[in-house]
Amino acid sequence: MNGDKIPAGAAAAFAAVALLVAIALIGPWATPNDIASLDWAHVAAYPSLTGAHWLGTDRLGRDLFARTLEGLRVSLAVACVASAISLSVGIAYGAVAGYAGGRWDHFMMRFIEVLSGLPLIFFVIFLTVIFGRSQYLLFFAIGAIGWLTMARIVRGLTLSIREREFIEAAVASGAGAGRIILKHVVPNLMGPVIVYATLTIPQIILFESFLSFLGLGIQEPHASLGTLIAEGAGEMEAAPWILLVPGGVLAVLLVCLNIVGDGLRDAVVGRE
Amino acid sequence: MIRHFIKRLAGALPTLFIIITAAFFLIRAAPGGPFDQEQTLPPEILANLQTAYGLDLPVWAQYGRYMGALAHGDFGPSFKYKDFTVTELIAQGFPVTLKIGTLALIVALGLGIPLGAYAALHQHSAGDHAAMSLAVVGIAVPSFVVLPFLGLVFGVYLHWLPVAGWEPGSARHLVLPVIALCLPPLCIIARMTRGSMLEVLRSQYIRTAFAKGLPLRVVILRHALRPALVPVAGYLAPAVASIMTGSLVVESIAGLPGIGRYLVQGALNRDYTLVMGMVIIYSGLLIAMGLAVDLLYAWLDPRIRFGR
Amino acid sequence: MTPASAGGAPPALAIDDLSVSFRGRHGTINAVRQATLNVFPAECVGIVGESGSGKTQTFMAVMGLLSAAASAVGSVRFEGREILGAPVSELNRVRGSKLTMVFQDPMSSLTPHLKVGVQLAEVLVKHSRMSWREAENAALRVLERVRVPEARRRLRQYPHELSGGMRQRVMIGMSLLCEPSLLIADEPTTALDVTVQAQIMDILRAMRAESHMAIVLISHDLGLVAGLADRIVVMYAGRVVESAGAADLLGRAVHPYTAALLKCVPDLRAPRLERMPSLAGQPPSAWSLGTGCAFAPRCPSARERCNSERPVLRDVDGTAHQAACHYPL
Repeated sequence: MNGDKIPAGAAAAFAAVALLVAIALIGPWATPNDIASLDWAHVAAYPSLTGAHWLGTDRLGRDLFARTLEGLRVSLAVACVASAISLSVGIAYGAVAGYAGGRWDHFMMRFIEVLSGLPLIFFVIFLTVIFGRSQYLLFFAIGAIGWLTMARIVRGLTLSIREREFIEAAVASGAGAGRIILKHVVPNLMGPVIVYATLTIPQIILFESFLSFLGLGIQEPHASLGTLIAEGAGEMEAAPWILLVPGGVLAVLLVCLNIVGDGLRDAVVGRE
Repeated sequence: MIRHFIKRLAGALPTLFIIITAAFFLIRAAPGGPFDQEQTLPPEILANLQTAYGLDLPVWAQYGRYMGALAHGDFGPSFKYKDFTVTELIAQGFPVTLKIGTLALIVALGLGIPLGAYAALHQHSAGDHAAMSLAVVGIAVPSFVVLPFLGLVFGVYLHWLPVAGWEPGSARHLVLPVIALCLPPLCIIARMTRGSMLEVLRSQYIRTAFAKGLPLRVVILRHALRPALVPVAGYLAPAVASIMTGSLVVESIAGLPGIGRYLVQGALNRDYTLVMGMVIIYSGLLIAMGLAVDLLYAWLDPRIRFGR
Repeated sequence: MTPASAGGAPPALAIDDLSVSFRGRHGTINAVRQATLNVFPAECVGIVGESGSGKTQTFMAVMGLLSAAASAVGSVRFEGREILGAPVSELNRVRGSKLTMVFQDPMSSLTPHLKVGVQLAEVLVKHSRMSWREAENAALRVLERVRVPEARRRLRQYPHELSGGMRQRVMIGMSLLCEPSLLIADEPTTALDVTVQAQIMDILRAMRAESHMAIVLISHDLGLVAGLADRIVVMYAGRVVESAGAADLLGRAVHPYTAALLKCVPDLRAPRLERMPSLAGQPPSAWSLGTGCAFAPRCPSARERCNSERPVLRDVDGTAHQAACHYPL
């Protein structure tokens, strides 16, 4: 960030996210309970920090702390993979469109315009109905979320980078378009790309949780935060913590990611 | 301006057409899909499908029939509910979804704009900081977390409002779903209005308005508000999309019999015709919103109206 | 028209020891420093200075239009009443009616989405309690007064449909609606073509002849001001450095800065010069002002005392001609 002051709020939010990720990763070693074992002695037990189950159990006696951590891990894992997909697709698409220019660019951007207008969720639901609930479909669909904005940004940047001298030099030295894009254009995009990637991640997590909540996303035996929240919503009146724990974790995760993303964007884009 | 509108309409209709066509062929092409010969369906459904789609006809004829039927508002029979056509289900559910969606939009605009304007006028005050911090939370937290949480607080603990359920004509059942639905757009609109208002207030023409001795209320309402709302107008279509998406979850949790819940049920039951019908409805709605927003833009800024 | 100062009438506008400062990220900028000047009824005072001289901010403070980051201390009395720091409701009673201002850039000074007629009529509706219909008729008459052709049609148009010159006339008309005692014109012609400039100046001249209105004409262009002003006030680095009757100042400038400015005005009758005269050096940066006279670094007559002691504005030779200089010419 070249010495720009990062606002305190964003730094705190980043710390919170890092903490959550750390907890998620070391989780399995932190608690004696695992996600699948059913403790019939403590069905729907209230959270108690001194007891066997720190955050209580669900209707089937599964430890909520362990399940929530697992859910967090699943959500984060899906987010990472899907982000990687949407980043690659978006960067490739945008760089090609920006570099090619002219009619190619025009049509590629029109395509994006049309797609952006329509909420993805409906098509994903449609596709799950047709193709069944396969995990590959899920990744593909979720990855399809972020690439539109990324493609737009990358295309704009590519257009301006294209005019710079070192590109001319590369062309003059006989480098092919593909090579130029890979070796010269893409490395210069990294700054803003990272910023927008951080903004896409919460969107992706949200989308995946949404689908999982509805039952169309992550399937048994895995559970993401969305699935856990759906379970909790059903038990709300009798055992509210089953909802509150994963719900709280997801809320905090999303809020903090948004704050970090906003802060980064203000710091980088605000400077330009 | 009429010419402008017609041009936009001409651009939007093909999009809808493409969506419907793509969906139609996608259903037929999909392995394990509804028209796969290996599928075993109850005889009544099969009979319905036969009549509706003429499955023995060549694909192009089927397409023609489908489009023809669509033009008459006939979406075909439901795959799972053997006594209902999709059209009937849509007709049942649409008013409910429309009601909560419209309410949510009105609340989002009606509260978001004044909140944003207030924050702009009291920039850097405690109220401004508080409102904007809450706005971040409101935008980030998904409706399927907010609604159960609200239900917990107001329904289970305080017993003020029903947690779920629906009675025709009942207002109490709508309160929590509408709040959960309107929250993200409300916060976005508030932030947007604040930023936009701050910029407008720095304009020269606002300085002129103050120099004329006009009271603050007049300067804001007559001179500053309309330009400040231009970005909000641009956000309307995404706002509607957000509300539509939210309605899927909100209706499911709250048990409201709207098309959102039907869509979700349809997806879980693999009711193809139902889902396809819903998708077409939602797409059409969104495209209509886009056109309406275009018109709104033109009204807000006379320079666009005259084509400059 | 003889300025009322000759008759001993109280000034329409009395600025006394006005200082305006801005809190910035890098420190405080003192845009106006202890400015003192008077404008008497029916007289036209020209305020001349470079950008950064504080001439605009002085009158922003008068009109209560300073930005939130600015603070003003001192006294500004309009028709005897203190208006600096007055509550907004009181200020709004005179602003736009008896004390009006025309701004530099007519392109952006009118609200784009409101019809011209509305922007004119609302002044009267607010100040004279007219109905909208009556106000529109009065607006029509004022547009005719400032010689806007097809005035009735213009009322129904939007600002972007008018040319720059016409917009400026609308602005001037807007300021005349309630028969103001004082009209402040801040660089009214700077953003316009030269031919249009002359037209606008003609209108100002005509309006002045028709009424008892006092005018403050702010400009960096001494030549422009000379064409209309009875009295000229010269500002430099936030201070008033010279003040005198127009003929007096133009004939015999006493402050070295004014003299240099006069030399810069091209004269068609003078012999051709190899080089246009200009002032050496740059206007002082708003932060780096020391204790002495701000003009000293660029002044050809500067001496030791000028760098250490700030000169005070005082009468020269006991006349109405004032200058802030230790060694007036």
